[in-house]
Amino acid sequence: MSDIALPLIKDTSRADQRRNDISKWITIALFLIPGMVVFLFFVLLPIAQSGYYSLYKWNGFGPITDEMFRGLKNYRDLFDDKVFWMAVQHSFFLIAGSLVIQLPFALGLALLVGRGELPGRRQLRVILFIPYVFSEVISALLWLYVLNPNGLFNTILNSLFPNYQQIGWLSNRDIVMGSIFLVLTWKYFGFHMILYMAGLQGISKDLDEAARIDGATEIQLLRYITLPMLSPTIRLTIFLAVLGAFQQFVVVAVLTQGGPSNGSELIATYLNKYGIKVLKLGYGSAVAVTLFVITLVFSLSYQRLFMRDEAK
Amino acid sequence: MAPTILKRKNPPPTLNRDTNWVLALKYVLLALVLFLILGPIVTAISGSIRTTGEFIAHPLGLPTQGIQWTNYTNILQSSSFWNSFGNSLILTIGITTLNVSLASMMAFVFARIPFKGRDLIFNILSIGLLFPLVVAILPIFIQIRQLGLINTAWGVILPIVAFGLPGSVVILRGFFKAIPNELEDAAYIDGCGRIQFFFYILIPMARPALAAVGTLQVIAGWNEYFLPLLVLNDPKMWPLPLGIMQFQGQYGREWALIMAYIVILMVPTVVFYLFTERYIVTGLTGGELKG
Repeated sequence: MSDIALPLIKDTSRADQRRNDISKWITIALFLIPGMVVFLFFVLLPIAQSGYYSLYKWNGFGPITDEMFRGLKNYRDLFDDKVFWMAVQHSFFLIAGSLVIQLPFALGLALLVGRGELPGRRQLRVILFIPYVFSEVISALLWLYVLNPNGLFNTILNSLFPNYQQIGWLSNRDIVMGSIFLVLTWKYFGFHMILYMAGLQGISKDLDEAARIDGATEIQLLRYITLPMLSPTIRLTIFLAVLGAFQQFVVVAVLTQGGPSNGSELIATYLNKYGIKVLKLGYGSAVAVTLFVITLVFSLSYQRLFMRDEAK
Repeated sequence: MAPTILKRKNPPPTLNRDTNWVLALKYVLLALVLFLILGPIVTAISGSIRTTGEFIAHPLGLPTQGIQWTNYTNILQSSSFWNSFGNSLILTIGITTLNVSLASMMAFVFARIPFKGRDLIFNILSIGLLFPLVVAILPIFIQIRQLGLINTAWGVILPIVAFGLPGSVVILRGFFKAIPNELEDAAYIDGCGRIQFFFYILIPMARPALAAVGTLQVIAGWNEYFLPLLVLNDPKMWPLPLGIMQFQGQYGREWALIMAYIVILMVPTVVFYLFTERYIVTGLTGGELKG
């Protein structure tokens, strides 16, 4: 009996195994393919294609022919263009502003609201985060009023100082990037604050207590426990702030369209103005590829250098 | 032994509690910050119920010529506003449903069905985390045109879904991984297949995570400006961010009207936010920040 039964059992289990394998692959195909197709078609393929378009002079109509081939000339034109380098410079201005003002401000608020037992801290958090959920268009329009010559800022300053000379918050080339930085800070500090708060919650209360019992002052506590423990979050927010500065578009497009005379041009507004609007799609693709490479190189090197110890 | 350990050199009077003046200082600082944050919003409200003349002269004043409800009613009675509102609703619902369904299915595979090459595919998908739509806007525009999707809702929905997928998958994968294996084994022993496990056990359990991902997509879809600007040529198809820009172009310096439009758009955002704040924060911080 057992001589016959044993192979039979083996056979069914092998068949089961095979059926299980088939069902596994069916599930994988069914669940993974639709999403991956959308991702390939609308993320990877366009990005790859822009590398190809960037080698041609193409207005977007009709097929691309050999006569349109320009090699790397689009890139050379781009790197020869002063306006492009101004746009890069403006991104660095935004990055510097983020590092020196926006992130410390967000961190300070997170420490103020996120720690201890401040009454009403939950409500405060909800309010401080509100600008982040407004659309960029709404935020920018709101500030377009605040910063316009007859807007909130000038009216208030006018009533405070009798001899006040109107400041062109958006029309003065020396000031416009500062104004844009202010708007971006208003809009985005809440996001960084929330990340810091999450990081703060991850720090064990026992550690704080232990340090206090040992007689540490609040400043020492901050310097030797809170900030080091928060350092993964801080590194993440710096990463996101840099990416955001290179990829900013809507707020500037609504406030100044990159003006006055390119005084607030960013790479994305440059791309829109000198690539898409004038139908120089080959040249625009070169801008897109450059922005893509900047992002990728920065991301990879930053992650390798500063975010290595994170197991995510 | 125990009492001597607890003895401190300088026992602080209260642990982790502020003295009165520190608390007062904190409130003064916070009041200042709140003023900066809410100032523009309060100004918008105060402008929206007055005439432009009153508003420009005294940005933060009260109405002296009666409340100008017409600023609001003119917008709320215009068909173009409701048209844009409907368009925004369609785009947002489309983006959110498609993103959450595709992402949860993908996350299920990435979290719970190991196979050769899975990590490679996941890494390719993760590249997408680095690039918001704006980086690839030009090639996407060309792609949309080649597919004949210019002036269609799909031309807006599909790219936004595609660019939102990596973020959603990463968040959901984390949540799916946290569900204990024993549960899955038990389900399989009870004769449940993978697909049934996904629909009847995993999805119901992951509802908070799905809500987190969903609310982020609602915000992204509702606010998107650049892609509809390029893809939708027909003003009848424009969502609200384009609608308000068109309105601003039309009424230029009529700031009171523009403020009314801004307030009208802020109200649903704030209401939605207040109801979903928990999920938004969960989504952004990967579930680390609570109450």
